Amino acid sequence: MWRRSPSFILDERRSSNSPPMADTTRGPFQNSDSISAYYQTRAAHHGVITSDWLAQAQAAVGGVSGEEQSLSSDNQLGTEKSFNVIEEFNNWRKQPDLAEAVAAIRALAAVIRASEASTMMELEIELKKASDTLKSWDKTSISLTAGCDLFIRYVTRTSALEYEDFNSAKSRLLERAEKFGEISCKARRIIAMLSQDFIFDGCTILVHGLSRVVLEILKTAAQNNKLFRVLCTEGRPDGTGVLLSSELSKLDIPVKLLLDSAVAYSMDEVDMVFFGADGVVESGGIINMMGTYQIALVAHSMNKPVYVAAESYKFARLYPLDQKDMAPALRPIEFGVKIPTKVEVERSARDYTPPQYLTLLFTDLGVLSPSVVSDELIQLYL
Amino acid sequence: MDTRRGALAVPKVRRVGFFTSIEPPPESSQRPNRSQSGPVEATTSSSPLSNSPSGNLISPVLIPPSRHHSDNLTTRVAAAAPVPVPGPAAFRRYLAQDRSLLHVGSYNPPDSLLGTSTPSSNGEFSEDSASLFGFQRSDSTKLSASFPNGGFDLTLAVRAPQESETKIATASASEGKKKIKEYLAGKSESVTTKPQKEKEQKALKDKTTKAERRAIQEAQRAAKAAAKGEGSRRADESGRANPGKATKKPQPKKERLPVTSSVSEKTAVAVEKEKRMDVPQTLMQYDDRSRVDKAKRRAVVEQTESKNKVELFLHLPQYERGNQLPNLSSNFFTLDSIHHAVYKVGLQHLAGDISGDNARCIAMLQAFQEAIEDYITPPMKDLTMDLTTKINGYVSFLIECRPLSMSMGNAIRFLKNQIRKLPVNLSESEAKISLCSDIGRFIDEKIILADKAIVQHAVTKIRDGEVLLTYGFSCVVEMILLYAHEIGKKFRVVIVDSRPNLEGQKLLRRLVTRGLDCTYTHINAISYIMREATRVFLGASSIFSNGTLYARVGTACIAMVANAFSVPVIVCCEAYKFHERVLLDSICSNELGDPDAVANIPSFRTNAKHSKTINNNKNLQFLNLMYDSTPSEYISMIVSDYGMIPPTSIPVIVREYRREHLLL
Repeated sequence: MWRRSPSFILDERRSSNSPPMADTTRGPFQNSDSISAYYQTRAAHHGVITSDWLAQAQAAVGGVSGEEQSLSSDNQLGTEKSFNVIEEFNNWRKQPDLAEAVAAIRALAAVIRASEASTMMELEIELKKASDTLKSWDKTSISLTAGCDLFIRYVTRTSALEYEDFNSAKSRLLERAEKFGEISCKARRIIAMLSQDFIFDGCTILVHGLSRVVLEILKTAAQNNKLFRVLCTEGRPDGTGVLLSSELSKLDIPVKLLLDSAVAYSMDEVDMVFFGADGVVESGGIINMMGTYQIALVAHSMNKPVYVAAESYKFARLYPLDQKDMAPALRPIEFGVKIPTKVEVERSARDYTPPQYLTLLFTDLGVLSPSVVSDELIQLYL
Repeated sequence: MDTRRGALAVPKVRRVGFFTSIEPPPESSQRPNRSQSGPVEATTSSSPLSNSPSGNLISPVLIPPSRHHSDNLTTRVAAAAPVPVPGPAAFRRYLAQDRSLLHVGSYNPPDSLLGTSTPSSNGEFSEDSASLFGFQRSDSTKLSASFPNGGFDLTLAVRAPQESETKIATASASEGKKKIKEYLAGKSESVTTKPQKEKEQKALKDKTTKAERRAIQEAQRAAKAAAKGEGSRRADESGRANPGKATKKPQPKKERLPVTSSVSEKTAVAVEKEKRMDVPQTLMQYDDRSRVDKAKRRAVVEQTESKNKVELFLHLPQYERGNQLPNLSSNFFTLDSIHHAVYKVGLQHLAGDISGDNARCIAMLQAFQEAIEDYITPPMKDLTMDLTTKINGYVSFLIECRPLSMSMGNAIRFLKNQIRKLPVNLSESEAKISLCSDIGRFIDEKIILADKAIVQHAVTKIRDGEVLLTYGFSCVVEMILLYAHEIGKKFRVVIVDSRPNLEGQKLLRRLVTRGLDCTYTHINAISYIMREATRVFLGASSIFSNGTLYARVGTACIAMVANAFSVPVIVCCEAYKFHERVLLDSICSNELGDPDAVANIPSFRTNAKHSKTINNNKNLQFLNLMYDSTPSEYISMIVSDYGMIPPTSIPVIVREYRREHLLL
């Protein structure tokens, strides 16, 4: 059902299915007669607003996925063990509703299960190696890294290591791994339940990016017969907003699609802003799809609450000081026209939103203020 | 309390005091002045007060003297002349008596400088004395036999015949052999016990043993007997000291409640102490005259208060510079109360030879290490209690030399905690070894390794081509810059400095010799130079629970300008400097430096006219603040040994850290 998560880099595999979706959404652009002449001429001149940019973007993303596949296959050739892990990971990842961090957790649990280690130490080393392979498989994905770290932390920080019998210790580790996977799976439900108190009848919600958690929240709210309206940003270049709006319209939620640049224009009528997150960093800020920061800034300056829905396995021990302070996640961006070689293109896929622009974080640990994130992380890692 | 206080009118000897612009209240003027420190006087009998026949002023008193254990002095004198001497020793005793009086009667004993060690809670006081009483009743003969000339830490030669009396005086609750003794002891008991009798009993009942309860009863009986007698407290005090004098038993005030034998007792005391430790100590307010006087009386260092102080900062100590040092260093070989290593560190602090929080803290801890190595538990004393008292004495000496930094406070708290946690069954040498290794571990783990961890973390935030701005001198920042340079990062450093300390020059010198690309400027140019900077690295003296940064004055300015230019501000601070207190402004807690440093401008020619305006102008006050506080919103990140954390997470670290602290 879900083709794209906000961390689109990882989900490139499913992108092959998305062109039809893009085709369906192409309609409104072309058919609407109310496009002002100004924009029509502008589109004609610059070719920026064209109907086929989505398809091109998808094609470009597909190209990247090919690269990554070859890269990962290199990895697979390198070590046999990593082959297993990534295979497992990819198997899990094919399940549509599973976030990649959960997939990673499942894969690591499978590593424990399949392990032939005879001592605890060996098992731990094996686990560590597997998680390292997973992490190096995609360094740009924050939730994958954070999920692996958290899993290792959660699994090994038990009394399991004190068991005399290796098998019972191992089974205890497995138990814990299963439990962690389960918690992670349930996280989305928990967050959806927690957030219901914040959605009131007649409110207008601005959503940026395509987050499964946010969708779950909206879905739950609709099931609870709340009356609300959703504004979706378009989410260039992947058209995440377009996908989200089509999903929402299936649920009979009134939805309106905005250009990314129309956020400030329509912020007046917005009551709250919802984001998903690629990663929640130690300062309490979030790393999310490009455009989040500016929307948060606009919302902050207009005193609109900004809510972030993120599962706790996305909490990462990172502390970016500014936008450039992260490992860049680059992606190709197609403008639909030929860009002169001398023109540089900003290809970063995500940005960092500092905590002072966020109001609350909805996590499966509860509704947190941004500063609590660091507390949770400290308690977990220290 | 106040009415009682009135009764202690003491003949006026001579009025010396704080000569700030505010007139001293009559109350303080009534008391004889003790601005000069005991040991100093005791040794240099040329001091004006030591000649005053203090023994005649009031009935000579002998009660627990100083917290500095300068008793040895008295001991020596006493040994020479077995009869009560009205010499310096007597004077000291007199001082001590007055001090103890103040302690019993003053309105807030727990707030005294070193609140943790004074007998602050009445319950504890009586409990201790009562149990001690029990202890001594059973052991006194044995002890007097077994310690013919070492029973107490001092003055044994004189005391042998009256050994048992001494003990009684110590316990301050006598069995009532002699009337006078009973009277005094009872009285002193009554001072503390009477008002809160019921409360105490309730509190005590659950944790006292039968013997202890009996001891309490007896003490109460004695108190009743004493109450019958006439009772101005003045008389009481002098009386109470009398037997002490007869036996020549000067004893530190805190040791009046020495350790008890029973373990349960000890744990109870420990629990109490722990409770008290949880409450952050109040800072000494130097505009609170009575308490300042009190503190002055015990002072080792003879500090003269500056005359011309800024109104807003009257509560902070400000002393004239440069006059204490020769005096102190001449005392180096004569002063036994303070261990020479501690003394040395104190002098270095005073002279400003050691600067920088880490250096000061390490120096202090190493001095303590040495002092502990040389420490010998006096017979009949418990290492835990006696050593704590000793450390307290050292600490108050260090405070006199220069106010402690927050980090030093934390380190001292750690040390006291370790002492308190010593297993009872440990032998003295083992205890000493364990304490020394604990201190060494603290230095290694919390300071040296922490710095290394900070460097590792902070270096990840330095990218090629950056311009790093730093202010003043911080050794951690220096280490970060040097390490980043070492691993081949290409960056430029802007060093911002300010008068009067010009610490940045030291940093500049070190960086330039290592080949870093540096720019040096003064803080006046900060808004200009900030445009270039991409990161600001700051050191810290302390960080408080609310994220407020307490650092060298000028830091707040840097952080605010950086914030205005949206340059991230990174504060590098070891976790042992985090403090659980909350700081809102830089007025309440600060340190005043030498005002002359502000007044004297190097290039300014000191002609007669200039110096005249400077020195004789009542309307001109110089303020040389040492620290300021930066609100947390101007700090982007704190790099500590626990990693990179936002300023909002300080309380979490403090909580976790303290827990670890206790476990350590």
